[in-house]
Amino acid sequence: MTETSWPLWEVFIRTRNGGSHRHVGSLHAVDATMALHHARDAYARRGEGVSIWVVPSAAITASDPGDRDLLFEPAASKIYRHPTFYEVPDDVGHM
Amino acid sequence: MLGSSSALFIYLLRLGDNALMLGHRLSEWCGHAPVLEEDLALANMGLDLIGQARSFLTYAGEVEGKGRGEDALAYLREAGEYRNILLVELPRGDFAFTMVRQLLYAGLTQRLFEALAASRDSALSGIAAKGARELAYHVRHAAEWTIRLGDGTEESHRRTQLALDELWPYTGEMLEIDEVEHTLIEQHIAVDPAHVRPGWEQTLGEVIRQATLQLPNQSWMQSGGRVGRHTEHLGHILSELQYLQRTYPDAKW
Repeated sequence: MTETSWPLWEVFIRTRNGGSHRHVGSLHAVDATMALHHARDAYARRGEGVSIWVVPSAAITASDPGDRDLLFEPAASKIYRHPTFYEVPDDVGHM
Repeated sequence: MLGSSSALFIYLLRLGDNALMLGHRLSEWCGHAPVLEEDLALANMGLDLIGQARSFLTYAGEVEGKGRGEDALAYLREAGEYRNILLVELPRGDFAFTMVRQLLYAGLTQRLFEALAASRDSALSGIAAKGARELAYHVRHAAEWTIRLGDGTEESHRRTQLALDELWPYTGEMLEIDEVEHTLIEQHIAVDPAHVRPGWEQTLGEVIRQATLQLPNQSWMQSGGRVGRHTEHLGHILSELQYLQRTYPDAKW
């Protein structure tokens, strides 16, 4: 294996129609088209999906782990934000 | 006059041996590809071809009717009994050579298989239809690489053009037909590659143009593999392919 400076891509796969794309991993590729090829070979060769997205890893803006308390801790005490107090009529089925 | 079942046997060997040898050549990249992602891609394509070889050779054994299965045909024939074209037995070369060869082989073979899907022989038609879908991806992958390598750096352009120059004289064999094909074409079992040639040349020409490469201006073509006259490279492949079966006959694990 030689050193490579190919850009990194994040791969998202939708496993079936109607589902949503889920992050499955990342890979290196020279450009978007080749990233799709590699994603197909690396992550969808056992029939895992019906659709693939690739996104340049550099295009993702991530939250800072150091901000965890600031961003997420205040939510922990606010159970009223969970809609768990409603009675769902049976006819509605699975939500 | 060649009987139609012996013609079909040879035809299936030709198709199956092409897939077997090229699949083996691709498998040689396993652990050696330039990057991990491409290692997977080459192994996947190699496995597609080995799968096609298994189907063709299994069916060939049934047509022959002498009790030879896929393993006997793949591993226990002498070099002169293999019917693959010379193109697929050439050593794997560098990455450009591998990709250009894949483009040349898969480009024509995909179209041939699509046409064979309408064969009057339903077993052959089934194998070809499945193979055509697999080869469509090989064509796309090899074309994308050929374009990037040809229209890449000075070094990648040089190597890709060199690969095309070296491989081109071996493409003529893909278009050859003899008594075997004539017999089967008459019965609507085989397909004349001349029918798919114009479409192949057109799409190939488009890739070559985008890759800023030149098709060699040469009409003389290599020949012989389809009738069992091979390059010295086939013996080396067979020594590796056949070693296990010959040393431990009928080995199972």
